[in-house]
Amino acid sequence: MATYELTINGKQYQVDAEEDMPLLWVLRDLLDMKGTKFGCGQALCGACTVMLGDSAVRSCTLPVSAVGSGAVTTIEGLSENGDHPLQKAWIEHIVPQCGYCQSGQIMNAAALLKNNPTPSEDEIDQAMAGNLCRCGTYNRIKEAIFTAAT
Amino acid sequence: MIPSFPFLKKKSLDHAGNVFLPSRRDFLKIGSLAGGGLLLGVSFQCTTKAQSQAFVPNVYLSISPDNTVTIIAHRSEMGQGIRTSLPMIVADEMGADWSQVRIVQAEGDESKYGNQNTDGSFSVRMFYEPMRKAGATARHLLIKAAAQEWGVDAAACVAENSTVIHSESGRSLTFGALANAAQQLELPDQDTLELKEFSSYKLIGKDTPIIDLKDFVTGKAVFGADVNLPGMKIAVIQRTPVVGATITEYDASEALAIPGVLQVVKISGSGNPPGLTKPLEGLAVIADNTWAAIKGRKALQITWDLGDNASYDSKAQLETMKQSTLEDGMIRRERGDFNQAKQGAAQVIERTYEAPFYAHGTIEPPAAIAQFVEGKMEIWAPTQHPQWARDSVAEACSLSADDVRVNVTLLGGAFGRKSKPDYVVEAAMLAKETGLPIRVQWTREDDLHHDFFHSHSMQRIRATIDADKNLTGWNHHTVFPAIGATSDANELHPSDGELGLGCIDFPYEVPHIRIETHESKAHTRIGWMRSVSNIHHAFAICSMMDEVAEAVGKDPVQFALDMLADDKALDFDGEIKGEFGNYGESLEDYPWETTRLKNVIRRVAQESGWGKSLPSGTAMGFAVHKSFLTYVACVVELMRDDSGEITIPVVHYAVDCGIAVNTDRVRSQFEGGAIFGTSIANTSAITLKDGKVEQNNFDGYQLVRMPQSPKKIHVHIIESNRKPTGVGEPPVPPLAPALANAYYKLTGSRVYALPFKL
Ligand code: FES
Ligand code: FES
Repeated sequence: MATYELTINGKQYQVDAEEDMPLLWVLRDLLDMKGTKFGCGQALCGACTVMLGDSAVRSCTLPVSAVGSGAVTTIEGLSENGDHPLQKAWIEHIVPQCGYCQSGQIMNAAALLKNNPTPSEDEIDQAMAGNLCRCGTYNRIKEAIFTAAT
Repeated sequence: MIPSFPFLKKKSLDHAGNVFLPSRRDFLKIGSLAGGGLLLGVSFQCTTKAQSQAFVPNVYLSISPDNTVTIIAHRSEMGQGIRTSLPMIVADEMGADWSQVRIVQAEGDESKYGNQNTDGSFSVRMFYEPMRKAGATARHLLIKAAAQEWGVDAAACVAENSTVIHSESGRSLTFGALANAAQQLELPDQDTLELKEFSSYKLIGKDTPIIDLKDFVTGKAVFGADVNLPGMKIAVIQRTPVVGATITEYDASEALAIPGVLQVVKISGSGNPPGLTKPLEGLAVIADNTWAAIKGRKALQITWDLGDNASYDSKAQLETMKQSTLEDGMIRRERGDFNQAKQGAAQVIERTYEAPFYAHGTIEPPAAIAQFVEGKMEIWAPTQHPQWARDSVAEACSLSADDVRVNVTLLGGAFGRKSKPDYVVEAAMLAKETGLPIRVQWTREDDLHHDFFHSHSMQRIRATIDADKNLTGWNHHTVFPAIGATSDANELHPSDGELGLGCIDFPYEVPHIRIETHESKAHTRIGWMRSVSNIHHAFAICSMMDEVAEAVGKDPVQFALDMLADDKALDFDGEIKGEFGNYGESLEDYPWETTRLKNVIRRVAQESGWGKSLPSGTAMGFAVHKSFLTYVACVVELMRDDSGEITIPVVHYAVDCGIAVNTDRVRSQFEGGAIFGTSIANTSAITLKDGKVEQNNFDGYQLVRMPQSPKKIHVHIIESNRKPTGVGEPPVPPLAPALANAYYKLTGSRVYALPFKL
């Protein structure tokens, strides 16, 4: 057990955790931030995606000890009032069905647009390939990313 | 006896519904709505013996003085949009301002809400009329209250945007201001109640955004595992690797040494057959947090008695099933004499079709939370069937159902998996045993290993063609371990219910038809998954129809139209040996109409440009399949690029689902259904060896990802004023065969086994 100083959504948190505990469970179980979801635990589905700096990371396989001083952004901190361009585009295209995968989809898309503000269809396909949606909302996700990118 | 399974049981409904003004006591009973205003109850019986049932409301609708309209959603939300679609029917009919409507999720309670099983694509079908009546009753009362207040003729008043308006005098009052007065009035006569014209609806028949949208995109939506109770502990369970196995001994000392691990508790399993409601045998590691519980589970030492299924091999079973289809089976439908067709045939095409076990793979793995305090059990769970969960918990924990309360959270996908209450029962048993509030958390591995799988299947179809190129005979053998076998090991044949899903109602005008089934045993848990046996039946039938069309020298679309022949209502008169379920509805209320099937075929052909010449490296495939009373035709286009890679640029669907209540959610169900169907066709399969599932996570059990999924999915909705029918499941069955038929056009190879790689 060790103590970690984390920067999440612009705030400082101190947590006591085993060093191998993935960031996902630190967020969900220790900090009660439930927006980030558990889907596979093996970096295979993207449900747990958060941003570390400007990159999308799978929090289910990122040990808390490896987070360091990087700024973590979760769905709760993407925007103050739910009005990030991606969130607005998601609403405009009525993207979600069950909604479960969508935190991860949006955070992954946010990282994509940070690094590539006007992605092509192929680039979106490749960047989003790690995020599963069993309900099958891929086409609306893509349209929403295009909308947010313009 | 061949069982039918829960969602196909007759549940003919008193469509009239009954709307009533509940007493003051009822206000108190549903505490969240207390505080004055107007409260309406709606009662409709899901039983044939309506009279013998106590008169109870299923849905409440209230208007509070602050002008908020509250509607109780009694169905589970799992991505189909039902929390939006049903309340919006009420709101539209009453003239409520949709932005001032609040939706409250009902707990699982049959005595309050009637049957809440959200399955079988029937929510909108069953509740469209009662919801409209509830809305119309409220509108009537509010208008009457306003008219009395102003001393004007009620007929001169209208209700819109949660306001009653008398335009002559320019007067208006909000629903909230009228609510108390409306509560004092007599109910209007339900039989002469006037409903709005379809064309005057503002929400019904339109693209209405789902109510949970904002919560979904901000991470605020509450799914099963998101519920947090003070002092809650997390349980992760090591379950039997083989269905029916039992623990002979175990050593938990290493697990208990892991920081955060508190206790290890044994769950006694159901043995064989496993049943649909009971947990599998296992050891639960209870810890302060999920990660500690996962680590603790890894450290358990368990010796298993693997039991009867230890040598089970699913591939070997498929081979045995294939052999069995060469024999005479149990005849389930007979028209004419197939042997005669065979003798007179110029050509017999004989093919087998194989499909694997499928797991539901909801991105939210099962989870449930239970708390046991002073003899009362309270549950929070993402469940499709809260009452079944409640009864199963009561039975497993020796409680009365009255002492069990089930709160329904949002479901992170369900597709039939979350009808089964096993994971809810696990949480309840552990909460009772430990006295702690417990969240049972399934991992992805747990979900894939211990699902109630869509059954694997083998089918053989023989089609006979005479010298004049007519399809004269159809002999369809189908064999698959039945859902019923999960509860009763003597269920060796598919049930009437399962055959009613796209097999026995083969609609084409073929003079000689024989449909047969064969025996097979279940060695794992079998359940229902989005469209159930329609999946494999449509694959076989639509693939064979494509092959026969080619053999008789016809275009497959034209061939399907020709084989449906005249416009008629099919009744399978005396041909079906058992019962034809028709999805729980009578053929009078929901006839099987060839006209409607032909309509969707023509529409999809027209919209997709079927028959036009295609650039080289592209091809189209067609399939048509009715399921859950909804008529669907599908065209899939494939494209091969210079590197040889095949993608799916376009899917077209034409759908006749009667009145499309929320057109956006109809389209989204078809978009998702196409992608779900693509996974079934191309990527997913569960296999078992030595009784154990061989796939562990989404690397072994693959789902279609964005790059492989159809790039464009067009949904063409037939305009209709017929009764609405379901759309959750019907998109799935025709996708795989349409894709397989396109693949044949593109590559020259027919597909006889799923999944197949593009
Ligand atoms: S839960 Fe992290 S990628 Fe699936
Ligand atoms: S919306 Fe349900 S998994 Fe993506």
